[in-house]
Amino acid sequence: MFKLFKYLKWQEWLLLILTIAIISTQALLSTTLPDYTIKISNILLGENLSQSWGSLLNVCLIMLGLTAGVLICAFIANYLASFIITKLLARVRARIFKKVNSFSSKEINNFSIPSLITRSTNDLTQLQQVLTVSITLGFNAPLTALFSILKVVNLATQDGAGSLSIINIVSVLIICIAVFSIMLSVIPKFKKIQKTTDDLNKVTRESLTGIKVVRANNAQNLQEAKFDKVNTRFSKLDWFVSKILSAVDPTLTLIMQGTSLAIVWVVGILAHQNPSLIALMTGFTQFSMYIITAFTSLSMLFMFIPRGIISGKRVNEILDTNLSIRDGVVDNNINNTKGTIEFKNVCFRYPDADADVLENISFKVEEGQTVAFIGSTGSGKSTLINLIPRFYDCTSGEILINDINVKNYNQSHLHNLIGFVPQKGVLFSGTIEANIKYGKENASEDEIKQAIEISQSDFIYKFPDGLNHHISQGGKNVSGGQKQRLSIARAIIRNPEILIFDDSFSALDFKTDRLVRRNLNKHFQNTTKLIVAQRIGTIMNADQIIVLNEGKMVGIGTHKQLLKTCEIYKEIALSQLSKEELDK
Amino acid sequence: MNNQTNLTSPSLSKREEKRKLKEHKKEAQIQSGKRAKNFKNTMKLLLKRVGTYKTSIIIAVIFAIISSILVVIGPSILNELMQIIIPDGNGVLDYQTSTVVRYGLIILGIYLLASGLNYIQNLLISRMSIKVAKKMRTDISKKINKLPLSYFDKNSYGDVLSRVTNDIDIVASTLERTLSSIVTAVVMIIGIPIIMLTINWQLTLISLLQIPLSLTIVIIVVKNNQKHFIRQQKYLGEINGYIEEQYSAHNVIKAFNGEEKAQEEFEKINKKLQKTAHKAQFFSNIMHPIVNLISNLIYVLICLVGAYIAIQSNDPKFLATIGTFMTYTKLFNHPISQLGSISSNLQSTMAAAERVFEFLSETEQPLDDDKLTTIPVVKGKIEFKNVNFGYSKDKQIIYDFNFTALPGEKIAIVGQTGAGKTTMVNLLMRFYDITSGDILIDGISIKDMSRNYVRSLFGMVLQDTWLFEGSIKENLRFGKPDATDEELVNACKLANVDHFIHTEPKGYDMILNEDTSISAGQKQLLTIARAMVQNAPMLILDEATSSVDTRTEILIQSAMDRLTEGRTSFVIAHRLSTIKNADKIIVMQDGNIVETGNHKELLAKNGVYKELYTSQFETGENF
Repeated sequence: MFKLFKYLKWQEWLLLILTIAIISTQALLSTTLPDYTIKISNILLGENLSQSWGSLLNVCLIMLGLTAGVLICAFIANYLASFIITKLLARVRARIFKKVNSFSSKEINNFSIPSLITRSTNDLTQLQQVLTVSITLGFNAPLTALFSILKVVNLATQDGAGSLSIINIVSVLIICIAVFSIMLSVIPKFKKIQKTTDDLNKVTRESLTGIKVVRANNAQNLQEAKFDKVNTRFSKLDWFVSKILSAVDPTLTLIMQGTSLAIVWVVGILAHQNPSLIALMTGFTQFSMYIITAFTSLSMLFMFIPRGIISGKRVNEILDTNLSIRDGVVDNNINNTKGTIEFKNVCFRYPDADADVLENISFKVEEGQTVAFIGSTGSGKSTLINLIPRFYDCTSGEILINDINVKNYNQSHLHNLIGFVPQKGVLFSGTIEANIKYGKENASEDEIKQAIEISQSDFIYKFPDGLNHHISQGGKNVSGGQKQRLSIARAIIRNPEILIFDDSFSALDFKTDRLVRRNLNKHFQNTTKLIVAQRIGTIMNADQIIVLNEGKMVGIGTHKQLLKTCEIYKEIALSQLSKEELDK
Repeated sequence: MNNQTNLTSPSLSKREEKRKLKEHKKEAQIQSGKRAKNFKNTMKLLLKRVGTYKTSIIIAVIFAIISSILVVIGPSILNELMQIIIPDGNGVLDYQTSTVVRYGLIILGIYLLASGLNYIQNLLISRMSIKVAKKMRTDISKKINKLPLSYFDKNSYGDVLSRVTNDIDIVASTLERTLSSIVTAVVMIIGIPIIMLTINWQLTLISLLQIPLSLTIVIIVVKNNQKHFIRQQKYLGEINGYIEEQYSAHNVIKAFNGEEKAQEEFEKINKKLQKTAHKAQFFSNIMHPIVNLISNLIYVLICLVGAYIAIQSNDPKFLATIGTFMTYTKLFNHPISQLGSISSNLQSTMAAAERVFEFLSETEQPLDDDKLTTIPVVKGKIEFKNVNFGYSKDKQIIYDFNFTALPGEKIAIVGQTGAGKTTMVNLLMRFYDITSGDILIDGISIKDMSRNYVRSLFGMVLQDTWLFEGSIKENLRFGKPDATDEELVNACKLANVDHFIHTEPKGYDMILNEDTSISAGQKQLLTIARAMVQNAPMLILDEATSSVDTRTEILIQSAMDRLTEGRTSFVIAHRLSTIKNADKIIVMQDGNIVETGNHKELLAKNGVYKELYTSQFETGENF
């Protein structure tokens, strides 16, 4: 958690030191107060009571000044501490965001998106609280305790009040033991409770996602019984923890009360031998309250800090991740080719996996060719095309665009060569126009119109506000097919050398699918097109069809060739079309 | 390259913002009225639940009262002890040590008793809260099964989930804290002034000064703090939404070089967040020092006035009274500063409880215990008679639909994605009830049968291969708990999945959960086997196999064919072979049923079906 402090700027370090200095002053001032209580006691127990009014008033004024000082210190210290911490965490948040954006898909998948989101928000909010309190309370409490103990010891040596200081030390010891044993018995259970909460969530989620199946099978009681079991387990754990935690408050109160009682008691017993103790009575009670309160706050802090440490770890995991992809330098077209792609013995394996997802893939694509990839789920089609824009890097072999290895390109130049249409039409919240312009910032009106026409996105004119129609987050207010068409528009407006379609026609009906493809052919004749598809109909007429099975290339050629030479291709084709339809 | 991520044009966003602000204000006004009413209702409902544990609560309250009284009395006895110890005006010590010991023991006894009672009281209250929470969870889990499916179309699962865990957790923990602290606070606030008055009235007045002082400051700070806190939550929500969108679109951002622009936009929100977070954090931390200041102020005043009285009456023993009042001031300070946290606790309890009760009070599907739970012979004839239906009242999608499926027929439902093919499933299974008209099974209206019975007549295999966490056996028995092992194995053999199960180390006892890696195809086969075990007279199948490799697909097809043998079946069709061989075809478009008939008839109609059918293999273009 405290590792994050390395992101502080030097000005903030200075502020932090200042904050600590102010907190020390605050602790010093507040522990001076009981001195004056003792002074008052001395005055009252002194001889000339009637003449001591003036000095008494003096003492009280000093006390008022001290109190005001404490408050001012507390204000400044809190203001500074929360300033430093929120600044620090805003910086950390921005760094996380930047880091995540520089991740390749490999790192994203390692963390998973929901986890990355919680780390960027919830964990940081948690840290904000824990860190601010750690700074203010974390310095204030031990300093107050330290100063108080010093004073007590000092008094003890001065006035022979050793027995009174022993009381304080004993009560501190008791608190430490009590808090420590409570923490030891409760913290492991907290983890279990967390796990059981997950289980509660799991069973409920199961009932919800399977709601139709549950009802179809009349298995409502079964699900309820399952839930009940976890619920009972959860309540039992909760009860166990509650039994211990319920004791915290009474115990601490008892220690506090016991200490003040013990002081009076000891004074009462010893006053005959040492009457000077009487004047110390109230002051000592005051000091012991300070000490006990400080230790109580510290123990609360210790209960609090582990949460921050967990969050800190999770945040650092992101920041410390080494990027698996290094940027290249080539940022112009050296060779005189346009849109050629070559795979040379490309293999790819997910980290920690036992087997290659892609094995020895080699093929060559010329300018303007259309190449299709087909194969069953898990055959590696999507993975293969994801290697081209370097969402992942291949494990061995080479991928060349215009005869240059993709790893040597500057990434932003590489991405400018490519128009990528993802599997799910990912849109941003904002207007339709802005979404299309995401592909090309300075696109003219005509260009936008053309992109809409080619991608068959004319449905947008049905909206009353047309291009200005607002897409909600995640594109919830447009259908899957509409999203795909808009993401096609976004990619083609770039007029790239290479267009990649990652199963981007799947949500289109057959008719629209056909129209989009026809338009693409007409307008992008010289653009190299790579298409991943499930439907034979979508790819039948490609220049080259590459058939993948379990990561291996099992066939390459045209539709007609493959029907004769590739058994798997034939199988796929037959599962979708009848024999007579194939022969047609 | 456009990396613009703030995709709303500036003029529009400003207008939008203004409009939103106005709406927000209006909403806030309506809300505050509503809130007061809701608060009352929620309170009532919560009290009703808490009321079940009357005995525990009464005992807890009594214990809390006694314990607080003891805590209040303690210092006054300690005061007496100090009075004895402190020498009088002439500096003479006049007491026996045994008196001191006796007093000490009495006070110790009082404190021990107070802590003991306090502990028992805490236990009682927390046991009650745990039980209340448990009951609420059970109720929600049962409620899920009683709500009509339309509820879940409108509300996200995440929302229900967070009610089951987060909201109930908040209710439980705040209930626990608030209940006991309210009792203690009330007793203290009443008891302490009384006891103080018996000791010295002047100092009591000074001590009571802290009530108005602290209250004013607590209210001011809480109000201020809430403002900043709400703003902080708002920006947190904003940044959360932004992050979610951007992280999810990761590949697109990369492919379109959108990183820099995204970062810029992010920094804007982040900056706003930092500023409000700073204020919110500052104000929430500042309460404690201020309340402390007031207590210190009172403390100095007590010293001053106390000393004045001591000097006036020339009585050093009054020193003890000053000490005692300091203790009381501290004791008194506690419940007052607690009032602040009690009120905010109460607010979050109510907000959370309201969400729970809101869910629990959703309209349930009508009870149907009195309906038929069996009909003489099930042959499998299904008739739709003048059926009208719409998911919402203002949007009807099925108009006067008439259709008959004879026993053993195979009915294909076709249409593009999103055409509403699942509507048919929803109506047949009575997940939704039709608006008017009737659906008859073997001549008997499904309205006259219990929902459970209707569902037991159908086996169902959906595209969404839902299996629960548990053994394969348990999953197979889901629809027929008393199925024998032999039945299970037979079903699996027919469903082509027996072999796979045997290759697993534990066979039929293998536990399915997130960690077991079985493929989508195997899952599909298991759900087919599950339907086989159920052995219902009629079937509903979704034959989509898009996420499955070719070989498995063939296995699934043959399993499905075996399943449909001799059963009236409704098949959401994706394969041409199914469509062509079906006895009847229902064609859907945009949620409506547009055509019905068999393959030949429909082709002859030259309508939607023909277009759909031909486009599947028409490729003509050069691509």
